[in-house]
Amino acid sequence: MSEMLGSNGVQIQLEAPPLAYVRPTEDPGTMNGPEDVAIQITDLDAFYGKRRVVRDVSLGVRRNAITAIIGPSGSGKSTLLRCMDRMHEIIPGARVTGTISYRGTDIYGPDVDPAAVRRSIGMVFQQPNPFPTMSIADNVAAPARFNGLVRGRQAERDLVERCLSQAALWDEVKDKLSHGGTSLSGGQQQRLCIARSLALEPDVLLMDEPCSALDPVATLQVEQLMFDLKSRYTIVIVTHNMQQASRVSDRTAFLTMGEDRAGFLVEEGPTVNVFTAPREQLTEDYISGRFG
Amino acid sequence: MTVHRETPSSESLVRQDLRRGRRITGDTLFRLACGSAVVVALAVIGLMVYDSVTTTFPVVRQFGIWGFVTGTRWAPSFAIYGALPFIYGTILTSVIAIVLAVPIALGIALMVTEVLPARLAGPVAILVDLLAAVPSVVWGLWGLLVLVPFLRPIEKAIAGSAGQVIPFLAPPTPGPSYFAAGVIVAFMIIPIIAAVTREVFAATPRLQREAVLALGGTRWDVIRDVVIPIGRTGLLAAVILGLGRAIGETIAVTLVIGNAPKIAASIFAPGFTLASVIANEFNEATETLHPEALISLGVVLLAIAVLINGVGLLIRRRFELAAGRAR
Repeated sequence: MSEMLGSNGVQIQLEAPPLAYVRPTEDPGTMNGPEDVAIQITDLDAFYGKRRVVRDVSLGVRRNAITAIIGPSGSGKSTLLRCMDRMHEIIPGARVTGTISYRGTDIYGPDVDPAAVRRSIGMVFQQPNPFPTMSIADNVAAPARFNGLVRGRQAERDLVERCLSQAALWDEVKDKLSHGGTSLSGGQQQRLCIARSLALEPDVLLMDEPCSALDPVATLQVEQLMFDLKSRYTIVIVTHNMQQASRVSDRTAFLTMGEDRAGFLVEEGPTVNVFTAPREQLTEDYISGRFG
Repeated sequence: MTVHRETPSSESLVRQDLRRGRRITGDTLFRLACGSAVVVALAVIGLMVYDSVTTTFPVVRQFGIWGFVTGTRWAPSFAIYGALPFIYGTILTSVIAIVLAVPIALGIALMVTEVLPARLAGPVAILVDLLAAVPSVVWGLWGLLVLVPFLRPIEKAIAGSAGQVIPFLAPPTPGPSYFAAGVIVAFMIIPIIAAVTREVFAATPRLQREAVLALGGTRWDVIRDVVIPIGRTGLLAAVILGLGRAIGETIAVTLVIGNAPKIAASIFAPGFTLASVIANEFNEATETLHPEALISLGVVLLAIAVLINGVGLLIRRRFELAAGRAR
């Protein structure tokens, strides 16, 4: 556990290749011990200037599972997610206190390079955001270029094919790789963005309402893709859609907004339990549609 | 709680609405006012072009359009008028100005939008904008008294070394020159190009910046892969705008270009531009055809300006088409 919290001062290399933690026989909904935790959030507060938007969140994110973060608008779901790959701080005045431990290192520690964190913890946004001036292939290869990971045309072609296949998009686009990334449909664009994130071989994928701009068919495709990916990746998805949370996730974290208008964690547990037998009254009220 | 209020029946409201047809409304007045403003503006431009073009007829009769435009000799006392030295000077000084100004303006715009914290970016942007408020004649005097003496040793050194091989940089270096004019004009167009480019860069979608950062990209990756490619059309517009100002710049150029109606290969030689020769000679244009020839130069200048804007528009449309295909 000490390694998880990073308190022993050991600097684990964030660039290390993704570890294969495939344990298909076990239920990804249950958390058996610290070895099941991919990201440990401890006493996290997040601020925009003086305003606190997330209060005192402690949460272990289950490895190789899909964790859904649900809650009403303004409960800090997206902010919490953005804290996990240090994207919160790019907004001027935004800051974080507390620790987020990943591979034994506090990602907010003094020697940590945010870019290195973001290479290992990928992010998919609410709106599909492929680079509009790049082709489909270049979109997928772009992150490798940012980080100098791939050299040579053949290596790049292989990378593009592998990532697009993983994102279940290869068959649809293999004949038009040189077309613009924004020529695709919304759902295809979102899968292109997922493929682009996979190009860095992250082991965590953060998804911020990835389906809210998509039609139902495209939503199902992305959800199917998440199922396919979870054996290799740890996935955290923010969603305002409770059906989606109950459909796709193994574990669910419920956030709500307190009197001080800061979001806090009400409970986290196996999705089945949170939806059918929540421990907290607040959760039950939200699940049953009494507020939010 | 209910409030009883006298309200017109819905039927009468509808009738009122339908009946407002024949009155002169604010809309009609506004349309008339705007329309007449457009007509006046177009009429003024039309009159100007008509008047200028008809004034060139004697010159065209004498030399022919081609003969005038390609004529290399400008000798009012012999009533010989050729426009080429001025066309050459205008293009050369503008090119020098653009080559110097674009990288600097681009750097300023990137600095302000991408690098500096907001606390510093605002003041820097305002300072650069203030450069645009310096009057042309002040630039010219500063150029004549400060810049030309300052540039001279540099010109001399370049002409003495590289200039021995490249005719473009050859000596002598008397001081006033195409180069000095280009540098002054560069100073004058930097704020315009920087301001437009800054707006273009600032309009880069946040989601695109975040996409790069979330993929482990750096600020440089954001600039190279998102800010510049997405803003390239706006960048081009900024350059065209700067070029438009550069070719028309008059007083400042007159003061530092040396006013020699010749074509010299070296950028360190004195020359003349279309705009500066008109300003310089029109007052004393008493020789045969001299005023007409100067006005003809004005028409040539107008044609060049229209051409540049047209080419800019074309390139822009091509870019937009390409971007449209990419989309």
